[in-house]
Amino acid sequence: MKKRIIVVGNGMVGYKFCEKLRNRSTTVDIVVYGEEPRPAYDRVHLSSYFSGSTAEDLLMAPAEWYTDNNIVLHTGELVTEINRIDKTIRTHTGRSDKYDYLVLATGSSAFVPAIEGVERHGVFVYRTIEDLVQITEYAKKVKRGAVMGGGLLGLEAAKALLDLGLETHVVEFAPRLMPRQIDDAGSDILAGKLSQLGITIHTGKSTKKIEGNGKLEGLLFADDTKLDIEMLVISAGIRPRDELAKATLLNVHPRGGIVVDDYMRTTDESIFAIGEAAVHNNMVYGLVAPGYDMADIVARQVTGDSSKSFTGFDMSTKLKLIGVDVGSFGDPFCDATPHIPIVFKNKHKGTYKRINISEDGKYLLGGILIGDAGQYNILHQMVMNKMPLPENPETLIVGGGGKANDEAAGVKGLPDTAQICSCENITKGAIVEQVTSCGARTIDDLKKSTKACTGCGGCTPMVNDLLKITLESLGHTVKKTLCEHFNYTRQELYDIIKVKGIKSYDQLLNTHGAGDGCEVCKPAVASLLASIWNDVILKEDTIQDSNDRFLANIQRGGTYSVVPRIAGGEITPQKLSAIGRIAEKYNLYTKITGGQRIDMFGARVDQLPDIWEELIAEGFESGHAYGKSLRTIKSCVGSTWCRYGVQDSVSFAVFVEERYKGLRAPHKLKGAVSGCIRECAEAQSKDFGIIATEKGWNLYVCGNGGARPQHAKLLVADVDTDTCIKYIDRFLMFYIRTADPLTRTATWLNKMEGGLEYLYDVVVNDSLGIGEELERDMAALIANYHCEWKKVVEDPKLRAKFKHFINSEEEDATIQYVDMRGQKAPIDWNK
Amino acid sequence: MELHNEIKTFTPAAEAEVSIWFKAARVEDFPENGGACVKYKDMQIAVFNFTRRNEWYACQNLCPHKMQMVLSRGMIGSKDGEPKVACPFHKKTFSLKSGECLNAEECNIAVFPVKVEEGYVHIGFTR
Ligand code: SRM
Ligand SMILES: Cc1cc2nc3c(=O)[nH]c(=O)nc-3n(C[C@H](O)[C@H](O)[C@H](O)COP(=O)(O)OP(=O)(O)OC[C@H]3O[C@@H](n4cnc5c(N)ncnc54)[C@H](O)[C@@H]3O)c2cc1C
Ligand code: SF4
Ligand code: FES
Repeated sequence: MKKRIIVVGNGMVGYKFCEKLRNRSTTVDIVVYGEEPRPAYDRVHLSSYFSGSTAEDLLMAPAEWYTDNNIVLHTGELVTEINRIDKTIRTHTGRSDKYDYLVLATGSSAFVPAIEGVERHGVFVYRTIEDLVQITEYAKKVKRGAVMGGGLLGLEAAKALLDLGLETHVVEFAPRLMPRQIDDAGSDILAGKLSQLGITIHTGKSTKKIEGNGKLEGLLFADDTKLDIEMLVISAGIRPRDELAKATLLNVHPRGGIVVDDYMRTTDESIFAIGEAAVHNNMVYGLVAPGYDMADIVARQVTGDSSKSFTGFDMSTKLKLIGVDVGSFGDPFCDATPHIPIVFKNKHKGTYKRINISEDGKYLLGGILIGDAGQYNILHQMVMNKMPLPENPETLIVGGGGKANDEAAGVKGLPDTAQICSCENITKGAIVEQVTSCGARTIDDLKKSTKACTGCGGCTPMVNDLLKITLESLGHTVKKTLCEHFNYTRQELYDIIKVKGIKSYDQLLNTHGAGDGCEVCKPAVASLLASIWNDVILKEDTIQDSNDRFLANIQRGGTYSVVPRIAGGEITPQKLSAIGRIAEKYNLYTKITGGQRIDMFGARVDQLPDIWEELIAEGFESGHAYGKSLRTIKSCVGSTWCRYGVQDSVSFAVFVEERYKGLRAPHKLKGAVSGCIRECAEAQSKDFGIIATEKGWNLYVCGNGGARPQHAKLLVADVDTDTCIKYIDRFLMFYIRTADPLTRTATWLNKMEGGLEYLYDVVVNDSLGIGEELERDMAALIANYHCEWKKVVEDPKLRAKFKHFINSEEEDATIQYVDMRGQKAPIDWNK
Repeated sequence: MELHNEIKTFTPAAEAEVSIWFKAARVEDFPENGGACVKYKDMQIAVFNFTRRNEWYACQNLCPHKMQMVLSRGMIGSKDGEPKVACPFHKKTFSLKSGECLNAEECNIAVFPVKVEEGYVHIGFTR
């Protein structure tokens, strides 16, 4: 007889159960009821919804997956009743269905404490996509928000509020943050770091009332202090959803949750509970990995395999996205265990590391890492596998330097049984075997064959290290080669091109490559050629990234943008009028950019040379907005006009922009010059930033905006103009020579062994003895500058490349616009 | 926008079934190791001059990912020897031989036979 298995709840664990069960049996009937309107999605990465992931991106599997695997999925359907005698369930639509086994994967809901006023408008929880949609909408209307709860999830929610642009507060009842994972000292450091990010922390605060009139206006605390806020996200813990189980008289825990035995069986042997809804040995596990383990056990149970049972799970955690590393592993406190703590604290840097060593000094019991959790994986493994400690255990957390190597060495020492991916329960042995016997050569191979790294992703660095050392042990050399066509790194190719005087892509491919190239190596080599020879880009237009090929950024719909250089953001009224006139003539959308200049959008490819011809006639040059090259040097008005300015920042910005304009690099380059410490030009968010001081200039390097903003670091202080330029020359040339393709200066520095100190040595102390050479190379590039658009406009052959059809003068009839606030805009994708 | 529908439903013609060889343009009009867009009736065809391999390819100009008329501006290359084009928008890549999408789940694109005669590039159509 075919067994019919009904799963209640289509969350992460319910989904994983389906996957595991289908893998074990292709014949059982699987029917799933999920309350939410869409198939199961990745709740762990819910917050990435704010950084651009769509609900679709987050799906564990698309709806077709269920059909393809012969699984019946009813979304938007809440199971309201279980009849254990007839073995049936009923849903809110009145549908009833019969089961042989019932699996409750109902998860949990956010716990909302019964505080006066929780029903007010502006109070939210953080659990589902719908919650996030509502939070985003509401946040548009308000300025100040708070999160109630300073635990793992609360801090994640706080980061979300911050990213939504709100003044953000965190209110925690306990005297410290993340009370279950870190100690007081760690919490202090974390709070310090968070306040630097702009989050205000209130610990030891018990909320008495949520005040307001209809909508939320503030919080009143038990100590009668108040906090004025307009929205609140409650993240005060979870409550397992045991209401169905309770109603059908299954045993539930007094604090909530469906009680299960080691085989995830409830008190009815046909009914199982898994995931956050289950209570095993008085514990609710609020993490996916144990839930996946439970799913595996039940998939085995219903297919007649009782060999595996649930024995509890390690609750070590690493915070994902707050911008501050936090890790807590093993027993972080050892309150009840005799132990020797070793603590390393650097208040200035904001790092705190604590490890707990067993009394006999032999084993690691657990620990806390804040500010730098680079050693998290390996330390966690040492605890899990009871690995013997090195002679001086403090070296585990102090020291630094060749950290990456240490970590790889650490992976080497792990036993084969060490669990590397906890979401999918994959051991070191399994990964090594894939590489040694099954031919896995890349991370993608491993993801496919083992599913490692596909859950929370936390194990990726370790899997990478494992892959690398295993490949090395097989005699493969592991290099960051460009792609299948070049067996060299970018830096090696730089040297080859320079030393052998190679001038074209084909020449390089013929002499040092294989195959016919691709979209990875072509633009990378194009950028190298440009960085080394600063030749005319369009000499080899078809190896250029599409933006470089047409010297303009391609937009939705296939039109292009036009961005003339406006050095330092300074522009004369005449030039301003010229832009206005030209934009009007060609019907271009105009916008002031974030880089202090004007972008004109919506030019057809055939219009580009005409538009540039007119711009050049008005004295403009290419702004290189399309290239991996110098973009803008932003400035503030500085001492010329500003009452605080101490140096003429505009003149310096214009000078710097003119100097480096057109410079090609592994990635784009941005700079800024501020006239005083108030920093209105935001120099500290740039690849190189200059801030005026009473005595000269402070030079900051390797800052970045973008998805992972990073402040630039002070390289030298109070230097004069010539010295400042000399160091920028050396810094930029060193970057151009050594960075991987598409690596911004910030990432380049992050990966650099020795970090800022090393960079300082090379640039300022000239420790490699290449200072003058770098300056000479830069001088040659500057001397070779030309406006790329001028070349095109003047050369009929180049000009002819700018048309849509090769055999017709017609325009592309598929380009369509709509009107938007009095200007044109492209129609939506896909319409 | 019949243009879009037309191309999406077009099945690539086997060389034997070609009834019309459309004379598109002179060889030297095409960039080396790159593409250009040819207009045929109300269709847009991306034609690639794969100088390095001494081969010519043609496919629909429309990228099925976001329905953009841009494949002719894409970069060509090879993957394990298979000639391919990468869309300039999001770098989805398609085999120039079979039209199959090589790095994502996008649908295949239509490809067309090409021949060069007397200095002119011809594309084969069934109608
Ligand atoms: C126009 C503009 C937005 C605006 O309306 O203000 C813009 C528009 C684009 N940005 Fe930007 N960025 C613009 C300022 C910025 C800034 C702000 C700034 O420069 O002060 C940043 C953050 C600062 C930084 O770069 O560190 C910024 C960070 C990015 C990034 C992320 C870089 C990173 O390191 O993570 C990308 C993606 C990339 O380059 O890979 C990007 C890429 C893009 C592209 C080129 C995306 C693309 O490939 O189509 C956009 C095309 C514009 C076009 O068609 O012309 N844009 N972009 C701004 C043009 C500035 C200029 O005058 O040149
Ligand atoms: C923002 C956020 C970040 C997180 N980060 C991490 C992390 O970094 N690492 C980690 O390990 N864990 C993290 N978690 C926790 C993790 O998401 C959960 O442990 C996991 O989702 C639990 O899976 P589940 O299937 O048991 O429950 P859920 O994912 O909650 O799924 C249960 C589903 O059942 C449905 N349901 C309930 N009752 C019924 C019914 N009667 N009928 C039909 N359907 C019903 C619910 O609507 C829900 O869709 C995070 C959680 C959140 C909210
Ligand atoms: S302009 Fe920049 S931030 Fe805005 S959508 Fe484009 S790439 Fe993203
Ligand atoms: S439109 Fe072609 S890859 Fe997205």
